[in-house]
Amino acid sequence: MKAKHQRLVLIVIALVALIGASLLAIYALRNQASYFYVPKQMAESPPEVGQAVRLGGMVQEGSLETLADGVTVSFIVGDGEATVPVRFSGILPDLFVEGSGVVAEGRLEADGTFMADNLLAKHDENYVPRELQDMTEHQAEQVVAETTTGGKAE
Amino acid sequence: MIAELGLAALWLATALAVLQLVGGILAVRGQGELASLVRPTAIAQGALAGLSFLLLIWLFLVTDLSVKLVAANSHSAKPWIFKLAGAWGNHEGSMLLWVTVMALAGALIALIERRLPEKTLLATLAGQAFVGIGFYAFILFSSNPFERLPTPALEGNGLNPLLQDIGLAFHPPTLYFGYVGLSVAFSFAVGALLTRQVTPDFARAMRPWVLGAWIFLTLGITAGSYWAYYELGWGGWWFWDPVENASLMPWLAATALLHSVSVLAARDALRTWTIMLGVIAFSMSMLGTFLVRSGVLTSVHAFAVDPERGSFILILLAIYIGGALTLFGLRASSISEGERFSVTSREGALVFNNVMLSAILGIVLLGTLYPLLTEAFDVRVSVGPPYFNPAGAIFTIPMLLVMAVGPLLRWRQDSFARIRLPLVLIAVIMLAALALVVILGAYSLLADLGLAIAIGIAIASFLPLRGRNLLRVPLATWGMVIAHFGIAVALFGMASESAFSEEKLAAVNIGESTQVGPWKVQLESVTPVAGPNWTALEGTLQASYDGGEPVELHPQARNFWAPPQETTESQLATRWNGQLYAVIGNEAGQGRWQLRLWWKPFVTFIWYGGLLIALGGLLSLVGRVMSDLKRRQVVRRRQLLEAEAVA
Repeated sequence: MKAKHQRLVLIVIALVALIGASLLAIYALRNQASYFYVPKQMAESPPEVGQAVRLGGMVQEGSLETLADGVTVSFIVGDGEATVPVRFSGILPDLFVEGSGVVAEGRLEADGTFMADNLLAKHDENYVPRELQDMTEHQAEQVVAETTTGGKAE
Repeated sequence: MIAELGLAALWLATALAVLQLVGGILAVRGQGELASLVRPTAIAQGALAGLSFLLLIWLFLVTDLSVKLVAANSHSAKPWIFKLAGAWGNHEGSMLLWVTVMALAGALIALIERRLPEKTLLATLAGQAFVGIGFYAFILFSSNPFERLPTPALEGNGLNPLLQDIGLAFHPPTLYFGYVGLSVAFSFAVGALLTRQVTPDFARAMRPWVLGAWIFLTLGITAGSYWAYYELGWGGWWFWDPVENASLMPWLAATALLHSVSVLAARDALRTWTIMLGVIAFSMSMLGTFLVRSGVLTSVHAFAVDPERGSFILILLAIYIGGALTLFGLRASSISEGERFSVTSREGALVFNNVMLSAILGIVLLGTLYPLLTEAFDVRVSVGPPYFNPAGAIFTIPMLLVMAVGPLLRWRQDSFARIRLPLVLIAVIMLAALALVVILGAYSLLADLGLAIAIGIAIASFLPLRGRNLLRVPLATWGMVIAHFGIAVALFGMASESAFSEEKLAAVNIGESTQVGPWKVQLESVTPVAGPNWTALEGTLQASYDGGEPVELHPQARNFWAPPQETTESQLATRWNGQLYAVIGNEAGQGRWQLRLWWKPFVTFIWYGGLLIALGGLLSLVGRVMSDLKRRQVVRRRQLLEAEAVA
């Protein structure tokens, strides 16, 4: 193989591999990125059953219940406009309390329950999940007010 | 007084960096008026930056509370080791550490590097100064560590309790040494481009820095992964968290660079590619700094949430990467073609793996930046293992297979027929291991393949030694063998953890026991305990492996009150073949307590593997440096002899 050709072939191979990797990455990202929902969006256009998504909102006052096995909890996440029932098996994260924000990673079941694999709550006083930062600015007060009164009315 | 002295030293170092840059550039352009000043300037700059950092450490050790940074991050009652670590356990201090290490590296190059043409060396030092000036400006204008308070504080704020951990005190500087090492490699690449001297000598001068950076990055990632594993209490060892990716990306680029620089040093091939990788590796370490330091990501790691600083680093990033790529574009075509090689040769295998590493790097980079990009369009996503694992594996598996074979090939030209025997051996071992794993119970495709490949590589990594006198094998070859073996060990741990881990989540009464894998775990008691700044509920567990002698474990749920924060303190029982991981949760009603237990067979191999990889790098580095010194001695002796002959 001539000198110039070898260089060219190397460059072409490298380019093909890198473009292949990028296309694969973009394809996989479209399918595998887990999208963030608030309860309102989940009510209006729910994700496919079993698809990995994140749900963020406020834990309604009075909705937290520990089931008989002692390790599964159920609670309701709301954003003032809609609510979603959530179930989670595991140790509740530090500082997980009713009336505060939470982001749940998991999937929607056919019966409309959100099965959480993981809960991201604030783990110190300053930390707010990234998805909830805007919310706290735009709607937090209103959300908290509505979810708390909503909780009491139930 | 001490603080003012530190600041003055920093300003002086900055001024010297400017002089170093100007002198270097003039020398490259053929005006050598300042050329003889560049080396001494680099040495003086290193000394001044070092002095400035020592003074900062001094301020922390004596807890000078009139200094804002000390008051905000230290406390007079802290143990001295945490006072020391406090000097770099914050944004300003860590930036000063960065620039100090970089200046010291420049001084070291100026002191010892004699192989390169003088012009190339001066251009390299100019590159160093150019990168350094950006960081000096960043520190002086937006993150001054020596700022005084108008009135001294009465007492310091203390350090985040999560960070009061001896491992964590040394984790960030380890990564920084890695990042800085790559910036030195970058300066060499710029020097070589500016003076059109992309030669094996250049590669030999650059290689120790790449190796050093790579060793530190490997250690930093290994330590960070173990810290996340035991401290966060989630049982996982890698979360594809953006901050973890920020350290993985430079490592991937450095790994590729390490191998291509070796090809350039040994065979004078891959000239352009090595320069390109030098630019990419440095870009990745800058991107890592940007992601961690700018507060773009909300994470425990990102403690500098300050938009001004973020945009400053972003501008630096744009200048460095944009400038380097422009220079590369202008000069790349003037680098002449290196030596040729056939596809089946050691170079061929190394090129293949370089391309695979770049592809993996691309996958990780896109996955890390994608959430930031979509957020600009108000769509929020998170990208995790379902993306990274399969997409990364597509390129990792062929890379690992070629890694098993590559070291057996000869340089320049070889044929598979020559190494048929070892090839068949490796293939048979891998297939047998795969069959065994599937018979034992198919777990998941990736885990099964991982186990089989790990066993294959573990054996293949020693094959380059066959038929050789082990005492005469060069250290650098031992380094390669051990590093490749370390990859196998780490891979085995990862695959085993993912295939064989067992998890048990249970609510148990006092005195009751539960089973996880071969372990029987009994909850003896739960008692409140208190520490200096926390209270906790501590469980006492008796865990026995397969009916053997029980070990006692004390997992805690801790409550810090200043600053208020809750943490779970997991407890581990380590055996040669794995770890039992225990976490205690909340009260579960009716006197029961939540326990979360994992049995993770061979999980420790992940970190042993990481240490072996770093050890391999170290052996290689020592071997290279020693043979360089020996060569230099030989040259000097010959010169002396010639001088005598002339006389």
